[in-house]
Amino acid sequence: MTNLLTQLPPDPIYDRRKQIQERAAATIKRRTFLSRTYIATLMGCFILALIPLGSVIYALINKGIAAISWTFLTALPTQPNLVQQDAIGGIGNAILGTIVIDLLAGLVAVPIGVLLGLYLSEATSRIANTLRAVTEIMTGLPSILLGVFAYEYVVLPMKQFSGLAGVVALGVLMVPVIAKSSEISFRGVPSTLREAGLALGARDSKIAKSVTLPVAAPGVITGVLLSLARAMGETAPILLVVGASGVWDFNPLHPMSALPLLTYNYSGSQYPSQRAAAWGVALALVTMILILSLTARIVSARMRREKR
Amino acid sequence: MQTKEPGIHGSSEVAERVSHSATSDRPYKIVLKGAAFFFGAVVLIFVWSVLHAAWPALKQNGYHLITGTAWVAGGNGPFGAFSLILDTLITTLIALLIAVPIGISSALALLFLVPPKFRTLGASLVELLAAVPSVVYGLWGLWYLTPWLSHTVQPFLAGITGSNFPFNGPQEGFSLLLAGIVLSVMILPTIVAISRDVISVVPVDLIEGGLSLGATRSQVFTKVILPTSKIGIMGAIVLGAGRALGETIAVAMVIGSNIQMPHSLFSTGGTLASTIATEFGDASGNTGAALAALALILMVITASVNAFARVLTNRAKATA
Repeated sequence: MTNLLTQLPPDPIYDRRKQIQERAAATIKRRTFLSRTYIATLMGCFILALIPLGSVIYALINKGIAAISWTFLTALPTQPNLVQQDAIGGIGNAILGTIVIDLLAGLVAVPIGVLLGLYLSEATSRIANTLRAVTEIMTGLPSILLGVFAYEYVVLPMKQFSGLAGVVALGVLMVPVIAKSSEISFRGVPSTLREAGLALGARDSKIAKSVTLPVAAPGVITGVLLSLARAMGETAPILLVVGASGVWDFNPLHPMSALPLLTYNYSGSQYPSQRAAAWGVALALVTMILILSLTARIVSARMRREKR
Repeated sequence: MQTKEPGIHGSSEVAERVSHSATSDRPYKIVLKGAAFFFGAVVLIFVWSVLHAAWPALKQNGYHLITGTAWVAGGNGPFGAFSLILDTLITTLIALLIAVPIGISSALALLFLVPPKFRTLGASLVELLAAVPSVVYGLWGLWYLTPWLSHTVQPFLAGITGSNFPFNGPQEGFSLLLAGIVLSVMILPTIVAISRDVISVVPVDLIEGGLSLGATRSQVFTKVILPTSKIGIMGAIVLGAGRALGETIAVAMVIGSNIQMPHSLFSTGGTLASTIATEFGDASGNTGAALAALALILMVITASVNAFARVLTNRAKATA
């Protein structure tokens, strides 16, 4: 027996394994050290990524609350001059303008966006594929291009700046975002549900209304709210087309004021009072955006829970 | 990873037959197609409007619009956007250099290193970073980063090269460098979110295979996870670049808005997008058309970059 074993040729796999094990054991200290350093670096980068967020939030709260008061939120703006350098008034009409423009843009964009999303989730033709690509590319285009578009087609023909032009720019901005998120939600609806509807003899429109839309609703609503939040903070297109206003004005055919615009204008003002007030405007804007985003989260969480 | 669904009409043979017979629903289809074609038409009009507005400047300047270095605002030109294109590329490059390593590291940390309790919180914080509007980042850059840059960063960098290229010139905060830094903060959420998505679909088998062979965690990260999700991460980077190229207001607030050939990372300048925003208000003569031409250049660049990103992310999805 012992004879037999000694006569066997050496096992190459055994040798190789032994080599690897020795090598692994010899390098384990170095590798562990490298791994720890690497992981510490990754965590460091993650914390570094959160520093700007902390700084922005701190600045918003610290400088913003100092600027905000009841009068600031509800009064009309006044232009400071050399004698009354602190007379900045309020931002009431800018809050109104932001809400009016954002809601009207949503009113236009939501039906088109949701229907486009439904179309993209169902159709498979070449045209649909092209449109899907166009929609996706549109979501990544700089928003200022839509300002140029609205200037050309609304401001120039009407011969004046207007809230309507802002509505057009933001509406076109929102449609692809809404379409994309609703397409994803519609695709998430199990095909068995739709087939069950078909088996009952329902028409496509009936299935869309009674099956696809209700099941996909949490995702669709979340997408709509998030796109409203995103549009609310857009400054570039608004800057080109809505003009400026210092009065209460609900008419979107007139120039309007808006929070992002005011933040931008105040930040470059020659009066320190207005420059400081820019933080107040920014805080009001961010608060409104956060309310929308939080509502989006709560809505989607609650509706999903009810489904179960 | 969800499998792609072909939709009602292709979902099964039965469904197909039924949908083409008794239950076919013409008005419904017309409404859907109507919405789709309406949007398609709006996009065409949008492209046409930019082209149309830019036409006078295109006719007047021809290819000098891209290669020319002189930009005389307010009259009949000449309008050469070379320095603007250069500034756009430089600021985007700075932003990527900062945001890509930090973003990918953050994505890895969020998925594998942060304790599970805090993962949702961390992801929400990154989302919050994306929810802050660009004008607020501009304001933040103006108040906090400008002094920090001119007092700390710029003297330090100038010290490294002895005030030579690329860190020469006045140290007043407003600069291409500052614009790049602000942009890096703004594109970070995009890069983190998308690389997190593509890394999260790396098969667990591969990761566990690596670990069971005795690889350390860093070896699994660099030799298994990153190579597997390479294409998707590329997509994330390109999307981030697309965002940086087109970012307008924040850049306009910190770059110093001064159209000149860049001679240093400390020099003031203007990107394509920021120049449209800052000059549009008082554009006279042919300047309006020239600014529309900038919009056209910007549109071509960002549309191609986004299309490329789409190809990359789709391929990543297909291979996952």
